[in-house]
Amino acid sequence: MFSPADIASLWVTLKLASVTTLILLLLGTPLAWWLARTRRRGKVVIEALVALPLVLPPTVLGFYLLVALGPHGPVGGLLAWLGGPSLVFSFTGLVIGSVIYSLPFVVQPLQASFSAIPAGLLDAAATLRAAPLDRFFSLVLPLARPGVLTAVVLGFAHTVGEFGVVLMIGGNIPGQTQVLSISIYDHVEALEYGQAHWLAGSLLAFSFLMLLLVYRFNRRFGLGRP
Amino acid sequence: MRLHFRFDHRRDGFHLQAAGEVPTAGITALFGPSGCGKSTLLRLIAGLERCNNGEVRMEQDIWQNEQTFLPPHHRPIGYVIQEGQLFPHLNVRDNLRYGWKRAGRSTEAAAGPDFDTVIALLGLTELLARRPEQLSGGQRQRVAIGRALLTRPRVLLLDEPLAALDREAKHAILPYLERLHRELALPVLYVSHDTDEVARIADRLLLMEAGRIQAAGELTGMLTHPDLPLARSEQAETVLEATISSHDTDYHLTRLRFAGGELSLATPAELATGEPVRIRILARDVSLALSPATDSSILNILPARVSEIRPLNPAQALVCLDLGGTPLLAHITHRSVDALGLAPGSPVYAQIKSVALLV
Repeated sequence: MFSPADIASLWVTLKLASVTTLILLLLGTPLAWWLARTRRRGKVVIEALVALPLVLPPTVLGFYLLVALGPHGPVGGLLAWLGGPSLVFSFTGLVIGSVIYSLPFVVQPLQASFSAIPAGLLDAAATLRAAPLDRFFSLVLPLARPGVLTAVVLGFAHTVGEFGVVLMIGGNIPGQTQVLSISIYDHVEALEYGQAHWLAGSLLAFSFLMLLLVYRFNRRFGLGRP
Repeated sequence: MRLHFRFDHRRDGFHLQAAGEVPTAGITALFGPSGCGKSTLLRLIAGLERCNNGEVRMEQDIWQNEQTFLPPHHRPIGYVIQEGQLFPHLNVRDNLRYGWKRAGRSTEAAAGPDFDTVIALLGLTELLARRPEQLSGGQRQRVAIGRALLTRPRVLLLDEPLAALDREAKHAILPYLERLHRELALPVLYVSHDTDEVARIADRLLLMEAGRIQAAGELTGMLTHPDLPLARSEQAETVLEATISSHDTDYHLTRLRFAGGELSLATPAELATGEPVRIRILARDVSLALSPATDSSILNILPARVSEIRPLNPAQALVCLDLGGTPLLAHITHRSVDALGLAPGSPVYAQIKSVALLV
């Protein structure tokens, strides 16, 4: 059924998706809150940048990341000069690529659910002596729960499904940077259709199940109706 | 404790330039047409909107001046707006506790009504376990007012809290506001554009027009002042404080005593002798005669003196009357003014066709 290499790539995939989702929640929540509340003109530029991974071919993103993170690129070069590890063809590099690649899938649902919270509720909380951070945790997060769940699941699932970016910057090192989608590609290249079926089928079932749970949950709590 | 404020605020082409004060106790109505800046003024006082040129202080406590700006969560205010803004993810009890818990941490909030008092005062006991979406509009507003009171504010800011309610719900909630007014010594600034509401609950009036405070004063004086638009409107009215003096059980009539004399009206339900009430007399329900008619069906005929006559429109005049110190307004025709030969100082009899009890 699954070869040890397949299990290893499954493990790398789950680890990558979990770490990526966690980082995206930490970075994406303040960003989404800022986008939802600000009236600055510069907002549209940030919104467009966040949405970019939605339209760019993953290979384009992967290419620029490879250049930037490589030993001669601005980021990789600086890191090498500081005596840091190489980022390309490493798990850390994969995480950086995934965070950028999955950013819109986390930020957009969060921003939508933050925007749907009436300003009057926040004013009410302020006059009820709640400080800004207190308002965020006692009011905004509970009301944005469907959006947070959507963000987590989409961010996770989208990272599980990535291929192009990983191929460009992660390469294909079993146990380190070889993820599920690339294992499938390898099996097909080697004409091992049976193996490919197992992995592809599992991924399909997993993705469907995740989405089913999200829709079911959000229906119960009324998506977009805080 | 008095709340003083002064703002010079420009935003989106609107210029608000207002200064005034809200006295210690009682309800001060901020009254004016839609768009005159009433809500903005309230938001400025609450600190929800920021104005660079402004001052707010509660006696010696400065909330805002050139150096200071207290954010809204540090101002001891209760603030309630039209749709109540109850938190949909919390039930009534947790909504009520939201501000109560947080205000409890500061020492200055030590004085003030406790949880059970507020719940009893607003009749919320039955509602505690319910969620906001299970409440009627009137119940929601009661919870919102209770929630604000539980922060033990030093001033209550109400922005048209009843405007979204239908007539019946409004009439059901007004008695709670009146009770609040009687039982808590809390200054209330009440934004409204509804003369009915104002007549019922306000003690003082801040009249606002195009971003400015036009006039301020006691309710009766403001309603009957011939220079202010209220006395000149179709709905012009005199509001008086009176007490129930006796009941005539044969005719089911009740006599009321007020500073300018006595009035009779059909006995209202459940009012004991000696109880204070507020009455309203519409200017168009007052007609004038030179002698007390004995052959009229009108019950209330009071001697008065004309203090001022102002033209209202080509057909009608506003006549301000003085009933031994108490003002009364009458809208009559110019023809009648001429026919009766009325002039300031003329003694007349005010025939009052209807008296409404504002309970």
